[in-house]
Amino acid sequence: MLLIDCPWCGPRAETEFSCGGEAHIARPADPESVSDAQWADYLFHRNNHKGAHREQWVHTYGCRRWFNAERDTITYKIKRTYRLDETR
Amino acid sequence: MNRYSIFSLVRNALTYHERWQAVWRSPQPKREYDVIIIGGGGHGLATAYYLAKEHGVRNIAVLERSWLGGGNTGRNTTIVRSNYLWDASAHLYEKSMKLWEGLSQELNYNVMFSQRGVMNLGHSLQEMRDITRRVNANRLNGIDGEIIDVARVKALEPLLDTSSNARYPILGASWQPRGGTARHDAVAWGYARAADARGVDIIQQCEVTGIRRDGGHVTGVDTTRGFIAARKVAIVAAGHSSVVAGMAEVRLPIESHPLQALVSEPLKPCLNTVVMSNAVHGYISQSDRGDLVIGAGIDGYVGYGQRGSYHIIEGTMAAIVALFPSFSRVRMNRQWAGIVDVCPDASPIVGKTPIGGLYINGGWGTGGFKATPGSGWVFAHTIANDYPHELNAPFSLDRFVSGCLIDEHGAAAVSH
Repeated sequence: MLLIDCPWCGPRAETEFSCGGEAHIARPADPESVSDAQWADYLFHRNNHKGAHREQWVHTYGCRRWFNAERDTITYKIKRTYRLDETR
Repeated sequence: MNRYSIFSLVRNALTYHERWQAVWRSPQPKREYDVIIIGGGGHGLATAYYLAKEHGVRNIAVLERSWLGGGNTGRNTTIVRSNYLWDASAHLYEKSMKLWEGLSQELNYNVMFSQRGVMNLGHSLQEMRDITRRVNANRLNGIDGEIIDVARVKALEPLLDTSSNARYPILGASWQPRGGTARHDAVAWGYARAADARGVDIIQQCEVTGIRRDGGHVTGVDTTRGFIAARKVAIVAAGHSSVVAGMAEVRLPIESHPLQALVSEPLKPCLNTVVMSNAVHGYISQSDRGDLVIGAGIDGYVGYGQRGSYHIIEGTMAAIVALFPSFSRVRMNRQWAGIVDVCPDASPIVGKTPIGGLYINGGWGTGGFKATPGSGWVFAHTIANDYPHELNAPFSLDRFVSGCLIDEHGAAAVSH
């Protein structure tokens, strides 16, 4: 089980959290103007990296706030966690 | 290839089983092939076999970075069924089921296909409505299926807790009598042997490190054993689909997650069928060796580590004990994980890519084993003709652009 360092609550067990998938995916500012392929890229296509991966987590059974984590998808080691208003 | 039969068994017994032929060759890679298949799991080997058998392609290589069937083919819970909701899925999985029914004879290799029946339990009124809808859809597509009541469930599986006092009481189930299990390793070995007999080069310990292209068309692959040329390259890499497709700069709508399974110590026969429950989330069958084969859920995050979290197992064991209270003292022997390639609509991608001569068969997620024969069959057709078969045309990569998704989360059975 992972030990996840919530930026607000500190280190807590993984079972308190839910993973929200890849981070830093920006919704197209003007959805009307993008092509179907661009929209599909936003909706469905994912990096699915093997190695360093930035992803969203939410402290479901804690402060219920979202944050980002940089985690290795092979070792599962979390390099750091950071708030949504912090730079990557 | 020496055929296996009772006579070959007796003949080899007389020589103390010391003269059995190697099941497949281990050739050096040639410089060029007509078709290269990346991934020596069940789906890749089946693709090679049907390419050689149905389409007369002679010059095929299957490249496997590790050993045959060492990925998800050897890590699944061996369940075979075809009770999917939508027409496209039902036809694809039923094609597979029909191939399973003659597979041991076709391959001359016993894949131990056992049609003991698959039961999907319903624990709430809504689940029973969903089950009714799915069974009716199955029957309209010519797939066997029944809705059975609690008394029938109890008759089929006496150890199930069917009392109304259960935390999630069983109200009934869907029942597919033709469903069952098969020996997963034997499927890989059987296809490998049959493909090898038709001249397919199976090259293990050969990892693909790059996909070369020229003018939007594939020209070959770089491997740990050098460059190998081919005009057609097929990716059948399961959990590593995104990684391999990324070598050709193709982005996929896939995320790879660890999915766990575990087996118990061997017991005397106590389970007659395959029992699955979406609501409490557990599925279980008993292997011919006697151990209980139990499937868990996926970890919520992307992972390539081939190991899963203990709290996922804990949840699964709680579900199994709720269904079968008498299993509470059974000890578990082994636990492992495979990396499953999950698509947003819980349906696979089988077809062409934007790059000429590059094909993909992946995204089977948590339920690819049952589809192994059919998947190989339609994918071989796609590669040979550079055009999908009507069975896999709906499972194209561009459905995520067109929006024509095939939502099978209900029938996929593993929550994700």
